[in-house]
Amino acid sequence: MAGTTATSYTDQVLVTDEVAEFSPAAIDEMKAHVAKYPVDRTRSALIPLLFVVQRERGGWLDNPGINFLAKFLNLEVTDVWETATFYSMFNLRPVGRHHIQICKTLSCKIMGEPEITEHICSKLGIHPGGSTDDGKYTVTMVECLGSCGTAPMMQIGFDYHEDLTVEKVDKILADCK
Amino acid sequence: MEIKALGCEPLSLRRVFIKDGHTLDVYKKDGGYKSLEKALGMTQDAIIQEVKDSALRGRGGAGFPTGMKWSFVPRDSPKTKYVVCNADESEPGSFKDRYLLEFDPHAVIEGMIIAGHALGSTTGYIYFRGEYRYLIDIMDAALAEAREAGYLGKNILGSGFDHDIHTHTGAGAYICGEETALLTSLEGYRGHPRMKPPFPAIEGLYASPTIVNNVETLTSIPQIIEMGGIAWRDLGTEKSGGTKLWSISGHVKKPGVYELPMGYADMERFIIEDCGGMLRTDKKLKAVIPGGSSVYIMNAGQILGQNVTLDYEGLVAAGSMLGTGGMMVMDETVDIMESTKNLTEFYKHESCGWCTPCREGTDWLVKIFDRVAAGGGKPEDAQLLLDICDNIEGKSFCALGDAAAWPIQSAIKQFPGDFKKWLIDNTSANGVSPNV
Ligand SMILES: Cc1cc2nc3c(=O)[nH]c(=O)nc-3n(C[C@H](O)[C@H](O)[C@H](O)COP(=O)(O)O)c2cc1C
Ligand code: SF4
Ligand code: FES
Repeated sequence: MAGTTATSYTDQVLVTDEVAEFSPAAIDEMKAHVAKYPVDRTRSALIPLLFVVQRERGGWLDNPGINFLAKFLNLEVTDVWETATFYSMFNLRPVGRHHIQICKTLSCKIMGEPEITEHICSKLGIHPGGSTDDGKYTVTMVECLGSCGTAPMMQIGFDYHEDLTVEKVDKILADCK
Repeated sequence: MEIKALGCEPLSLRRVFIKDGHTLDVYKKDGGYKSLEKALGMTQDAIIQEVKDSALRGRGGAGFPTGMKWSFVPRDSPKTKYVVCNADESEPGSFKDRYLLEFDPHAVIEGMIIAGHALGSTTGYIYFRGEYRYLIDIMDAALAEAREAGYLGKNILGSGFDHDIHTHTGAGAYICGEETALLTSLEGYRGHPRMKPPFPAIEGLYASPTIVNNVETLTSIPQIIEMGGIAWRDLGTEKSGGTKLWSISGHVKKPGVYELPMGYADMERFIIEDCGGMLRTDKKLKAVIPGGSSVYIMNAGQILGQNVTLDYEGLVAAGSMLGTGGMMVMDETVDIMESTKNLTEFYKHESCGWCTPCREGTDWLVKIFDRVAAGGGKPEDAQLLLDICDNIEGKSFCALGDAAAWPIQSAIKQFPGDFKKWLIDNTSANGVSPNV
């Protein structure tokens, strides 16, 4: 069994002053977000930019990525951490290439979520919160994702998978490369 | 999943049934942006009056009259004014906005531009919950089309009015649906709510006058301008105007999004006939949470044979609330202690931590539920839960605290048996839970 994903970030805040580098395409994407807000309110772009950084840094927010954003938006490093640590979609530890997020809220729960979770976890040999040793999968239990009418459901990355059955899950996992 | 209008022509849902209804071409062929043209020829006061006449109440959960909210905006203020669309939709049981955003993005845009014109606002933002990434892509494409066609940008349709709209993403936080937390989040901070007053209409985004409206509220605006406020109101009842989208999930044969006129009669018929009845025909209806997880749970006796009308007043009279119209249906296999525990875990997870009653209270509630579920329930636990709820309700900084307390208070009241069987004196039962 692989370890669980900690939600604490304190162990990596101290790590390094290194500043990550980003491709010109990623920088352009970030600039397009910044341009949506008044020139004296660029902090508004912080959440959208954290998503870009998370994607570009391999699925999680590492210190060099955060340091870059602080410079890019002219903020303190602690300002960036302050915001990043509030939101559940920002990963403060590495996650698998396929981040499986299973909804555990009421409509999904009563429509078969426990069976789906059990199936996925035993298949992958991990507990909710854990990642496979090869870094391919992470399973996280999440709250309602707005698919209650098509419960049970999960999101892998940003993709919705709804009306889940055990057979459907097997097919979806087989398609994860 | 069903998407369907009952008792009325599809109005909010009409583009769902048209192929490529999300594209500008098809939207225009279906009469799209005609309301904007009409509104640009109306005075600001006239538009706000139509919205007032429509008796439209906010569809995001609180049900505040939209026209009245708009009239609070100081239009003569020299500050930039903002229109913000609340597409954070995170209330458990609610998924209607998702379908509007997917199938009818131009109606959201048109509603926002009309609101912008009525309030003298040059800028709008659409705040999506972060998980709705695919909907942001659909909206960005629709915004680009609208900009290209001159519906957004400078001098819209030669009227001299400027307005542009941008998408913005949240990142996983239910509290950011609360309008002041949403604005704090939109400014790039942790999503903590702000003190009210000042209300956003006076000091909202960047301390400027701002209206925050739900997706469904805004898509109603072009309909109201097209039909006239009174005609739109008359689709529903005098106090609850128009039609309403209901998300229905759980143990029914045909879950989905249904558009019903306000005042639809009645709730029993809706669940038992329209939605196909119980998923497992041999299981009886036990409980319904009619308006999203934050409202009072109802037992079957409050619904069956009670002629509960589906509107704001009808659900209050029946002992609950309309909320967002996110109806969760449970059959007799569901244990209401367990379902309430599930929702309490949600509120604990989503408590933003800003104020003590909610942060500590939801934590204690979950601890007690955990102990009860593990077989350690005691007779006095029901009162203990209620005491903690009492310390949260009305004593928290924002409405999330109330929303955490109401499901528990109503569950204990309407389903005493489901709690009693867990809250036994375990000294004699050796700590074995009744479900083991
Ligand atoms: C905890 C909490 C969560 C909320 N979530 C949402 C939401 O996801 N979407 C929404 O439109 N309104 C939500 N609201 C209601 C908003 O605060 C606000 O009343 C609404 O966006 C106003 O728009 P309306 O008048 O058009 O409904 C929430 C309120 C609270 C207290
Ligand atoms: S009631 Fe809860 S969600 Fe609202 S401010 Fe207090 S801690 Fe935050
Ligand atoms: S309860 Fe699972 S998506 Fe809403």
